[in-house]
Amino acid sequence: MSKKKNGPAWLMVLPLYLFTLVFVLGPLVYMVVLSLLRRAEVWGVTNQFTLENYKNILAPVYLKTFVESFRLAVISTGIIALIGYPFGYFMAKLQGRWKQGVMMALMIPFWTSSLIRLYGWIIVLRSGGVLDQLLMGLGLTNGPLRMLYTYPAVVIGMVYALVPFMILAVYSSAEKMDWGLVEAARDLGASAPKAFLTITFPLTLPGLLSGVILTFIPSMGLFFIADILGGNKVVLVGSVIQDQLTQARNWPFAAALSVVLMILTSAMIWLYRKVAHVKELEGLL
Amino acid sequence: MNNKSRFPRFYLVFLLAVMYLPILLVVIYSFNGGRLSSVWEGFSLRWYGTLFRDAAIFEALGNSLLLAILSCLSAAVIGTLGAVGMQRIRSRTAGPIEYLSTLPIMIPEIILGMVFMAFFSLLGLPFGMTTLVIGHTAFCIPYVFMLVKARLVGMDPALAEAARDLGAGEVQVFLHITLPLITPAILSGMLLSFAMSMDDVIISIFVTGVSINTLPIKIYSQIKFGVTPEINALCTLMLAATILLVCLSQWLGRLHPKGE
Amino acid sequence: MPDHILQLQEITKSFGGTQVLRGISIDICQGEFITFLGSSGCGKTTTLRIIAGLEEPDSGRVLLEGRDVTALAPNKRDVNTVFQNYALFPHMTVGQNIAYSLRLRKAPKEEQRKTVEEMLDLVQLSGYEKRMPSELSGGQRQRVAIARALASRPRVLLLDEPLGALDLQLRRQMQVELGRLQKKLGVTFLYITHDQEEALNMSDRIVVMREGRFEQIGTPSEVYDHPRTAFVARFVGSANIFRGRVAGGGGPLPRAELTGGDFVFLPGNGVFAPGSSVAVAVRSEQLQFHRRDGKSEGGIRAVVREKTFAGGMLRIAFALEDGEEAVASRHGIDLDLRPGEQVLLSWDPALAPVVEDAP
Repeated sequence: MSKKKNGPAWLMVLPLYLFTLVFVLGPLVYMVVLSLLRRAEVWGVTNQFTLENYKNILAPVYLKTFVESFRLAVISTGIIALIGYPFGYFMAKLQGRWKQGVMMALMIPFWTSSLIRLYGWIIVLRSGGVLDQLLMGLGLTNGPLRMLYTYPAVVIGMVYALVPFMILAVYSSAEKMDWGLVEAARDLGASAPKAFLTITFPLTLPGLLSGVILTFIPSMGLFFIADILGGNKVVLVGSVIQDQLTQARNWPFAAALSVVLMILTSAMIWLYRKVAHVKELEGLL
Repeated sequence: MNNKSRFPRFYLVFLLAVMYLPILLVVIYSFNGGRLSSVWEGFSLRWYGTLFRDAAIFEALGNSLLLAILSCLSAAVIGTLGAVGMQRIRSRTAGPIEYLSTLPIMIPEIILGMVFMAFFSLLGLPFGMTTLVIGHTAFCIPYVFMLVKARLVGMDPALAEAARDLGAGEVQVFLHITLPLITPAILSGMLLSFAMSMDDVIISIFVTGVSINTLPIKIYSQIKFGVTPEINALCTLMLAATILLVCLSQWLGRLHPKGE
Repeated sequence: MPDHILQLQEITKSFGGTQVLRGISIDICQGEFITFLGSSGCGKTTTLRIIAGLEEPDSGRVLLEGRDVTALAPNKRDVNTVFQNYALFPHMTVGQNIAYSLRLRKAPKEEQRKTVEEMLDLVQLSGYEKRMPSELSGGQRQRVAIARALASRPRVLLLDEPLGALDLQLRRQMQVELGRLQKKLGVTFLYITHDQEEALNMSDRIVVMREGRFEQIGTPSEVYDHPRTAFVARFVGSANIFRGRVAGGGGPLPRAELTGGDFVFLPGNGVFAPGSSVAVAVRSEQLQFHRRDGKSEGGIRAVVREKTFAGGMLRIAFALEDGEEAVASRHGIDLDLRPGEQVLLSWDPALAPVVEDAP
């Protein structure tokens, strides 16, 4: 109706519409279609409909990969929350120059190449590396730990790469908090821990939750961290997808894996919105 | 002051130290004379020399810079126009398109890489700079779009109305009022896009093809298949450039203290 | 000795080198409505925060019912606060906000429910317990904050400019309600404000604060009619201060001179040697003025500067010859007096108390 009057506005959104429809929606639709097609004998795909690709996911090998990825994501996200929440919380309570300084210090690694930083961890973790030398020097261990290419090394890499997202999410919600509320709670008879549990924590929970989303979802797909720090020992969904695409050349199967991963992540985001919403209406305790 | 405890500051400093440890090691070992980065064999600039003779690395760096500039510029145009236009049109399609256009940073990158690879070969697009730019633009648009949108939401609608009242046309309102006000948001979006593009491994791996290397891909393959310490030197130089840029932006921010 | 519920003894407090409180002491009686009046930055909020336990004084003691609570955490004190911005917990309903202190005490559910009902009834918000703070108007939030602070039956209620954010009409109405509430509950109210009207309306006693000191403590009429210092006279009564030098010589009352005239004053118990300086406070409604017509009369020469009409009163500003300014107020809309006209100012000495005039 009002299309005529809004002509310029429609012209403005046109590039976004076109790009989004062609290069976001298009590929996603194709992914779903691809996942339902049968693989050709040697290379490429046929036009035959099949559910076989999804059935294959249920094969123990791949199911295990999903479980493993999920487990790694849960462990990493848990550690990230434990480390990142206090960091963001303390940071929000800092003042003046300290706050600026910590923010700067946090942002610089964030802007440097993540590969560089991961590579630094190789130097730390490798057999006879900095960590081993440190621990042996302190007499805490006798021989090298051989941390590199182990599960813990991958967890360290994930935590390291993703913890800034958690910190910033928690920080931004703690920053918005009115600390006068904590004083009010103390005034009404709450001890410091009690005031934290009943006031600060519920009010910064949205930040924590969004931090969880921001770290959990990428951690299922960051195959190169598992690759660099885990050797071939830790196989993630992301690694399998990459493998199916580039080595096995089984695109329909890779597509099916992606669809499942996509459904999982969408479900999480949906759940988060739901939870955050409920929280706003009812109060946590 | 309520800071009875020193624990918070200790905690922050300790964690930051851990975060900087690997970066610091890279820098230190870039000056190592030996070939192994586990043994210190004395100070040397040897690997910087090697680095500067390595044409492949500089080609990759050039590719990465070009890619980052192209995709952050196209994301800036598409994202800004989209965010501003989206506010005007009252269309039911706006919601879904907004959701879709921000999807690339919501889902795991691996999915995006996978679908681009499949889709581009379906379209028969030759893998190379074009496909890289499309792929990177896709995940850069959300940053610009969301930042500009946030700025627009916080903007007083009376400003545009006042300009209209004073006789400005639609285009003039955009150029004289809206654009100057959202410029800081566009710039932060572009900065973020640039950094993300320069750092991207996953999507690039899938859409790059065989003919062209980006820097992160080059580094990745070096780390994976035998490291030469020149990577340390390269990393140190990039780190220095980053710190320089951060300081520069801080300094610029102090010169023009408007907006966030 | 009446039972003192709250005593402050020689309290001092500095923030980053600036002294905010310079040794203040007061005894407050059970059931009193006491108001701390002062402009922003005078230390009144710091005083309240020290009483609440949110700040610790550098020196001095806070006694609650005779017990030293100076170092006691805020949650261990039988004192609750109504905060300036209300500080209602946004993630809890009105009912949960009010029941918060009871829940901390692990009071039985039934008691919590009853208290919430009772408190909401008290502040005339029955039926609002399921609402969220964000759904309330400013005045309603104010009432919830009061109800929440009263729910655990504190011995002393501290109110930090609680009406500051409300509009004039609502403020007047809340003043009446707060007074009624305080009388009904018999709880000691310690009220902080910068608004002298609020202070004069509600309080049993007023403490006028200035730069970290108590300038005067007294009932509203004491403070209003017998200001001890020039500051109190100006701040509470919006009075004009006339400063002169005591002149020697006859007359039943001592006389003081200033540039442009002279005035007589009631010395009270004070002794005024000739040559010493003296200051009197004259409230604007008591300042008299008439046109100068050549005849020499007692009074102070002045020129009409401007006339403004505000709040049902006509305000006439005069420029004095010594560079000071004086203000008179009258009922009515206009007056046959134009800016630039020469007048003589005078007043009834009985209504112009001598005040201390420390800089």
